[in-house]
Amino acid sequence: MDFDTKKVGILSLQGAFSKHQKMLINLGATVELIRYPEQLDSCDGLIIPGGESTTMSKIIAEMGFYEKLVNFTGAIFGTCAGAILLSSDAQDPQVCCLARVPLVIQRNAYGRQVDSFTAPVSLAFDAAPFKAVFIRAPRLAELADGVEVLGIFDSQPVLVQYRNNLVSTFHPELTEDVRIHRYFLNMIKSSK
Amino acid sequence: MEKGTFEVKVGLAEMLKGGVIMDVTTPEQAKIAEDAGAVAVMALERIPADIRAAGGIARMSNVKVIKAIQAAVTIPVMAKCRIGHFAEAQILEALGVDFIDESEVLTPADEEHHIWKHAFKVPFVCGCRDLGEALRRIGEGAALIRTKGEAGTGNIVEAVRHMRMVQSEIRKLTTLHDEELMAEAKKLGAPFELVQKIAKTGKLPVPNFAAGGIATPADAALMMQLGAESVFVGSGIFKSEDPAKRARAIVLATTYYDNPDKLAEISADLGEAMKGLDLAEIPESERLAQRGW
Repeated sequence: MDFDTKKVGILSLQGAFSKHQKMLINLGATVELIRYPEQLDSCDGLIIPGGESTTMSKIIAEMGFYEKLVNFTGAIFGTCAGAILLSSDAQDPQVCCLARVPLVIQRNAYGRQVDSFTAPVSLAFDAAPFKAVFIRAPRLAELADGVEVLGIFDSQPVLVQYRNNLVSTFHPELTEDVRIHRYFLNMIKSSK
Repeated sequence: MEKGTFEVKVGLAEMLKGGVIMDVTTPEQAKIAEDAGAVAVMALERIPADIRAAGGIARMSNVKVIKAIQAAVTIPVMAKCRIGHFAEAQILEALGVDFIDESEVLTPADEEHHIWKHAFKVPFVCGCRDLGEALRRIGEGAALIRTKGEAGTGNIVEAVRHMRMVQSEIRKLTTLHDEELMAEAKKLGAPFELVQKIAKTGKLPVPNFAAGGIATPADAALMMQLGAESVFVGSGIFKSEDPAKRARAIVLATTYYDNPDKLAEISADLGEAMKGLDLAEIPESERLAQRGW
C-alpha cells in the first residue's frame, strides 16, 4: 500500500513517540518527529503519543502549540495521553484539552501501574480481536452524539472516531499489530 | 485480562521516555515537580545528598511519606528499596507504587543477590555501570535500566562514564561474529541470550535512562545526547536555589537537548545550582556506585 505521498507528524515532546515512528515506517509512511509548532504546517496527519498528559500540556503551552493543534486541518490520532489531550474534558485542570473530540475522559481510570493490563479489544472494522496494552489507562466516560465507537473492551468504548480524529485509550504502538495504524493512514489518505 | 506481564512493565517505561523523574521528599515538593512537568516522582524520606551526609543505614522510605506523595500527584510515583531486600519491595508493591528502584543509594540488604524481579507485578528500574551489569539486571526482570552515576554529588562525571561504557559495549557487540559472542558474554558476565539479542538489534531490550549527578539543564542535554532516553534528577533540583524554575528548565532541556539556542535560553536566570562534590573527596568505600553485583 502506498502511504508515502502524505506526511505524518508525531508530536515528540515526551512519551512513546519512537514506537509510533517505527510502526509508521514499517507501513511505508513518511514520518516527521514534531518538536516545534511550525513543523505542523507541512503535515497531513499527526499522532499524539502516550506519555504523561500533564508533561505534554506544559510543553504545549510553553512552546505555543495549543492554537496550532486545535486548528490543525489534518487527521489526528491520539493514544492514551494523546486521547486525553484530544478530549473536550479531562476532569483535570492540569491538562490542556484541545477539545477536538466531544468526550469526557477520566485519567488513570483503571488504577495504578499494578493494574495495567493486556486484553483483547473487538474492532468494528476487522473480525480478529486486537491484543491491546493498557498502561495506567484513561476511560472514555461520556461520548457526545456523532462519536463513532470502533473498539470495545469489557462493553466499554476504547477506540473511537470523531470526524478526522481517532482516539484510543490503549497503545497499539507497543504491539506488532499494525491494523489500527493502517486504519489511521487510510483516514489521512482519504481526506483531501 | 493479563496484569504484571513484562510487556506491561516495559510499557510504562516507554511512556516515561523523553521525560524527567524527580526525587521528592514531601507532597509539596511532589506538586512542584508535577507542575514543572515531571513525568514521575521518586518518593524519598531523604534525597541522596542528605543520605550521604547523614550516614548510618539508609532504608526504604517511611510508608507515610510515600502515601502522602501518592495522594498529592496524578503522575506515576516511584520508590526505592534496598538491593536484595525483596520484603521492602513487597511492601512497596502493596502500596501501589508505580515503579520500584532497587537502588544502590540505600544500604544493600544482600551482598550477593539482587531481587528476582520477575516475581513481581510492579516494574523495577536498576542502576548499572556497564553492559554486563545492565544485562544481569534485565535477566532478573528489570523493565528499565539507568546509569548509576554517583548519586547526591551533583557531579555528572560518573553518569557519563557509565553511559559511555554501556553504549560502547553495545556497539562492540554489533561488530562481533556469532562464534565470538559466547566469550564476550563470559567476559561481560551477562546472560548469553541477551548478548545475542543485543548483537542483533544494537540496543537494550528495555529503555535506558540516565541518573546520578544531574544538576543543570546542560547535564540533562549531555546525557540525552550520549544516548539516554530520559533523566532522573535527584538532589539537583531541591538542593538548588530555585527548585521550581530549575525543574521546569530541566524538563525543557530533556525535550530540546539537541538545540543549543533553546538550551541557552532555558539556562538563563536559574539561580545557584547545588554545590556539588568532587569524586576525589569521596573515599572509595563511600561511593554508592560500587554497590550492586
